[in-house]
Amino acid sequence: MIEVHRTTKAYGPIHAVDGVDLSIGAGELFGLIGHNGAGKSTLFKLMLGLVPANSGEIRIEGQPVRGAGFRQVRRRLGYLPENIVLYDNLTGLETLQFFARLKGAPSASCAGLLTRVGLGQASQRRVRTYSKGMRQRLGFAQALLGAPRLLFLDEPTNGLDPEGIREFYQILREMQDDGVTIVLTSHILSEIQQRVDRLAVMRNGKIQAVGSVQTLRQAADLPLYFELTLADGAEPALQQALAGLTLDPIQFAPHRATLRCARAGKMALLAAVTSLGEQVLDLHITEPSLEDVFLGYSGGAA
Amino acid sequence: MSLLGIEWQQVGAIAAKEFRDRIRNRWVLAITLVFTVFALVISYFGAASQGSVGLQGIEATIASLVSLVIYLLPLIALILGFDAIVGERERGSLDLLLSMPITRFELLLGKYLGLAAALTSSTVIGFGLVGIIIGLNLPLDALYQYVGFMLSSVLLGLVFLSLAVTVSVFTQDRTRASGIAIALWFFFVLVFDLLLLGALVLSGGQVMGALFPYLLLLNPADVFRILNIFGQDDLRTMYGLSSVFPAALANPAYLGAIMSAWIILPLGLAAWRFRQ
Repeated sequence: MIEVHRTTKAYGPIHAVDGVDLSIGAGELFGLIGHNGAGKSTLFKLMLGLVPANSGEIRIEGQPVRGAGFRQVRRRLGYLPENIVLYDNLTGLETLQFFARLKGAPSASCAGLLTRVGLGQASQRRVRTYSKGMRQRLGFAQALLGAPRLLFLDEPTNGLDPEGIREFYQILREMQDDGVTIVLTSHILSEIQQRVDRLAVMRNGKIQAVGSVQTLRQAADLPLYFELTLADGAEPALQQALAGLTLDPIQFAPHRATLRCARAGKMALLAAVTSLGEQVLDLHITEPSLEDVFLGYSGGAA
Repeated sequence: MSLLGIEWQQVGAIAAKEFRDRIRNRWVLAITLVFTVFALVISYFGAASQGSVGLQGIEATIASLVSLVIYLLPLIALILGFDAIVGERERGSLDLLLSMPITRFELLLGKYLGLAAALTSSTVIGFGLVGIIIGLNLPLDALYQYVGFMLSSVLLGLVFLSLAVTVSVFTQDRTRASGIAIALWFFFVLVFDLLLLGALVLSGGQVMGALFPYLLLLNPADVFRILNIFGQDDLRTMYGLSSVFPAALANPAYLGAIMSAWIILPLGLAAWRFRQ
């Protein structure tokens, strides 16, 4: 569906995108994460054919994105740019009708789309009276025009309240069920970690890692956290049971202990803790979050 | 609908939005009023310096209106078009437009045609109203001259609109674009003739004398002046054009073609640059 091959884009001495290879399959919900200036938006613009690459090739549905044949692909493509700017002097409905005409989508679908994104009541209001969240919803409706098979969403939940975010992902789920390919970026990693099929971590224009959240966690090899609830006086027995293992210093609190161990040592630690029997009242294992994974790959820059 | 490899539906969508924007923000109304009021005042008081007021003959009226149009219309066209592309780029809306199934040329053409429709409407309605008022007392051939003046005014506006849109493609921000647009107005409306005259005087009329009429054609404002003045005997004598401009060059079709070239060439340059 989307093939990015050794693509580089430089602005003067700065390589905004540097030798990126990426392949995104049909029907996939793909996330692109990275710190500010990592190259996400530039990669989006390259994939949409909005800026020419210095080298490499990008194809969507087999068509080079800068070729004449890409016009037909654009009819099946929706794009929501970061910080979308719309026309203040148009109403919500007029805005959609304008873009529908450009896209060759039926004007009759506009009112329904506005209702779908929660703007049915505001369709006759000028965009200048819209809040940031309403503009974002209108931008999303614009991206949905023409029943797209491919969606590019750059920071799509910017300005949305929690209910808006829930509704937004509900629509995305419905579209994914219909086989639509979705590529999105987000700074709110906890928001996308449960929702994307795969994601790529970008840093300084390069792709640092690609895979499912679980794959990236394993590849990053970040430590796991064991939180134990202990019976009275169980601390010495715990220290004795763990004596043979390579662990960071145990952090004790009253009736509690926190252990940090490498993923490879998980089973050995689990066996040692289990050997304590009823002296351990409860056990909770915490996987590294996507934020931890991201910080690991991006060198700590958030 | 595709003709000449251009999807006209997309061009029409962009043009219709530009035109509707100018109707909705009352730009067309305001400029129409400006043209109507100025043209009426000039028609009525144009001969006040000779001690008379009231509607004059059509030749004197057109001569006065030409002076008005040469100053006013290029400025209005440049202000109208200088941010056509750079404004979209600076606001951040250009990427969204270009993500649509529309080529850069179609976007540029749609922008130009929409703005041209707004400018042409104002020019035709503004001067047309005055034409109707003064036309009540004029013979048919005088009206013919007036219609010619209106058409050439439309062409002059379209030339400077084309230059403005070109500036908006070449510049990176609106401030710079507006500065260049004003500089173009100064150059073509105020400076060009002075430079030409200066060169003529400095060369003692030897070399420059022969080149002078051809150099005049390099300025669309001068072409407009020649179009309106040369065809009228009294004015030609009054402006001294008979002595410096050969009649062979003053064919309205020829001058109209030069004005059209002044529209097409800058737009072609803009389209080439925008595609880069």
